[in-house]
Amino acid sequence: MKLALQLAYKNLVGAGLRTWLNAIVLSFAFIVIILYNGLIDGWNQQAINDGINWEWGYGHLLNENYDPFDPFTIQDGYGEFKDFNNDNLTPVLIRQGNLYPHRRMMPIYIKGIDVNQAILKLPTELLKHSDASYPVIIGKQMSESAKVKVGDKILLRWRDKNETYDATTVTVVGIFDTNVPFIDRGQIWMSIKKLREMTLLKHKTTYFIANEKFSLSETVGWEFQSQQYLMREQLKLINTKKISGSILYIILMTLGLLAIFDTQALSIFRRQKEIGTFIALGMTRWQVVRMFTAEGAMYSVLATLLGSLYGFPLLWYLSITGIGFEISGSEFGMIMAETIFPVFSLELIIGTVIIVIFSATIVSFLPARKIAKMNPIDALKGKVS
Amino acid sequence: MTQEIIKTEHLVKRFPVGEDEFTALNDINLTFNKSEFTGIIGPSGSGKTTLLNIIGSLDTPTEGRVIVMGKDITKLSHKESAKLRNLSIGFIFQIYNLLPVYTIFENVEFALILQNRSASERKKAVMDALEWVGLEHMANKRPSKLSGGEGQRVAIARAMVKRPELVLADEPTANLDAKNAHAIIKTMKELNKELNTTFLFSTHDEKVISYLNRLVILEDGMVAKDELRNNELV
Repeated sequence: MKLALQLAYKNLVGAGLRTWLNAIVLSFAFIVIILYNGLIDGWNQQAINDGINWEWGYGHLLNENYDPFDPFTIQDGYGEFKDFNNDNLTPVLIRQGNLYPHRRMMPIYIKGIDVNQAILKLPTELLKHSDASYPVIIGKQMSESAKVKVGDKILLRWRDKNETYDATTVTVVGIFDTNVPFIDRGQIWMSIKKLREMTLLKHKTTYFIANEKFSLSETVGWEFQSQQYLMREQLKLINTKKISGSILYIILMTLGLLAIFDTQALSIFRRQKEIGTFIALGMTRWQVVRMFTAEGAMYSVLATLLGSLYGFPLLWYLSITGIGFEISGSEFGMIMAETIFPVFSLELIIGTVIIVIFSATIVSFLPARKIAKMNPIDALKGKVS
Repeated sequence: MTQEIIKTEHLVKRFPVGEDEFTALNDINLTFNKSEFTGIIGPSGSGKTTLLNIIGSLDTPTEGRVIVMGKDITKLSHKESAKLRNLSIGFIFQIYNLLPVYTIFENVEFALILQNRSASERKKAVMDALEWVGLEHMANKRPSKLSGGEGQRVAIARAMVKRPELVLADEPTANLDAKNAHAIIKTMKELNKELNTTFLFSTHDEKVISYLNRLVILEDGMVAKDELRNNELV
């Protein structure tokens, strides 16, 4: 094998421009694959971090009657948790109501949260320190759709536990910017204490957000959903993206590998006399096959080196500056930042290098197999068709 | 005492031509001894190259036996015949067949790389071989920079660098002018004397014939004449 590599190296260097053209095409495919995967991984990592910081915490403890995917369960999906003073749990109460920004009716969820919470990035301290009678905070998307700003007073109507309508004016004391649409669109956040008073639901909670110290004990009437469980939809989405992304890099790899296959097939045809000479000089046919295969595989090694030269600085730069998108994915119901910072793990880079080298070796071997059946006399005469 | 190096016994080679067969060699019985400088002479299609290819274990006979340096080449595996070619047989082709991407040095060195010789050993052997053919100053040039005569001299150096017992030369002067042809054949003759290497040519070049010690004339795949021209060698 050492001999095959040694000779293959000499042949590649001797082939000059042809070698470099193939290596450039393959290196381009190689860098795009790493970039795309890095982008997906970066998105994934950012989305998971955002999800944890803004919505999931370290898991949710849900009232057994509440199903986050069924709005009809909000009405009765609450309860009193025996250990409601647990420091590791932040209570959230959800009610339905209508907001009337600019005399327009807007059905919303009213979410009450402990203003002293520290588990989520929601700026609940604004609720705590506000002088307004009914302070609320809303997300950026909500503020845009309702066309409201900090300081605006808006009429809010809701029903209490006895189904009696009530209304008051709430004051927007803060607008937060998040990539997590599920805590932003169509909802307002206020103090759980105030919401409980407004709805006469004393000590009632729809779900709790757990912190990292929370340990599950007896929770009759409540169902715990772990952080991993809450992430599942996001992970599914990322996997789907990875699969669709793989189509892109199959196309790119195919282009790069086709260039190698084409060069190798043509090379074997053009270099018949050379092959015959190698055999006449004492190489076995399989040694020649190995040499040609090694030549093809070396394209991928060259591509890796070439890709490292221009690709690594580029990838490093993108991982620092991020890649900006005109619109935020959160507008489509996905946790996605407007600027994604690709993450290039060693695993990703080494994995891609191995895939590229392995594929290049296979496509080089396919045409080279023909040499094993070649008659050296015909090869020397250049008569192999 | 003469040492037998090649022996053919009832050698027959047939090639399929459409639905028929063409007999290229028919019942060839020849023996070649060490240090011979022999030419296989005959017109085109007489079977000269086919005989050389079989002796060089690049091809196999249809019938009969060929013993080269004590080995029956009809019974050798691909690997064994490759080893025989690598260690004991040097080839010189009509169109030189130099490897275009290698330098002259690397072309000559190639056979030694296959033998796993050390770099220093290779360097010395290659420079010696290039010196024999007077091209040591062109070691770093590519074959494309050489004239026809120079190209064939590199081919001789490549065949001789491993000090083979047998050199098979297929029409080595066919693409050369008279001056170069004489120079080439003289070089080979000197190497034959100096190193006791057996040279076997296929040729119909009159210039080559005048240097040969033995002539084997082939006609229609059969030996028409086997003539010794210099008793000191046989």
